Amino acid sequence: MSKLTIGCFSSLVGSMSLDFAVKLAETAVEKGHQVDFWVSGNATMVAKTNAKDFQDYSFVAGRLKDLMGKGVQVTVCEACMESRGYGKDDTVEGMNRKSMDWFLASAFDADRVFHIGGE
Amino acid sequence: MATTKLGFIVQRPGYKSENPKLAFTHAISSQTVEIYLEDGDVLEPMVALVGEGVLNLKSGQKGLEIYGLTSTEGHIVNALLCDVKIRACSEDMERYGLTVADVPDAEAMGADEKVEMVSWDDIMKEMESCDHLLFF
Repeated sequence: MSKLTIGCFSSLVGSMSLDFAVKLAETAVEKGHQVDFWVSGNATMVAKTNAKDFQDYSFVAGRLKDLMGKGVQVTVCEACMESRGYGKDDTVEGMNRKSMDWFLASAFDADRVFHIGGE
Repeated sequence: MATTKLGFIVQRPGYKSENPKLAFTHAISSQTVEIYLEDGDVLEPMVALVGEGVLNLKSGQKGLEIYGLTSTEGHIVNALLCDVKIRACSEDMERYGLTVADVPDAEAMGADEKVEMVSWDDIMKEMESCDHLLFF
């Protein structure tokens, strides 16, 4: 078993990069790997509660919840969230809110780091 | 005791996207990462500016005056003050008409580090010496 640290900073709506990052995490977990999942920048919108599941827009909240149930730590950049007006009470239950050093610490002992983003 | 070297590779210009800002703020956060690590473990950040990313190096940025935001230049200065290694691709700088005189430095503020302009070959060597690369 390896440890993967996946970071993503692309928005949930407007790009498919976050969908890809979640798919990658799911696949890694299926293969028995440990996954840490970090979102920063516009990707933090994935942690906002009450997102609606429309078929025309990406919606990964349910899949992230499943991943958390399988031991994946989903952590959101607290400053990135706050700057967008997403407070603690707006954060999906079970997701961590941390500083960027959490991501670096996860990368420290990861076997592989994937950083996905750019828009 | 272990050392992990992370390479933050900036390919985008400032202000068009959040990428360069995120690269620098992530790299600067290496200053507090030790609260998560074992005693003696070290995380070593290195920022490399390549392609359009070298445009972030233009000094005299007015981000604070015009947008009310810390400029990318401000982030570069803060990174230097935090001893973050910053390398810029000299070929790309030449391509965009940038010279050493354009590059911000924090020496007057007491920084030991300064932005070093190096060839693409040397950037590649730096990247090969990293344990992980994060592209911004």
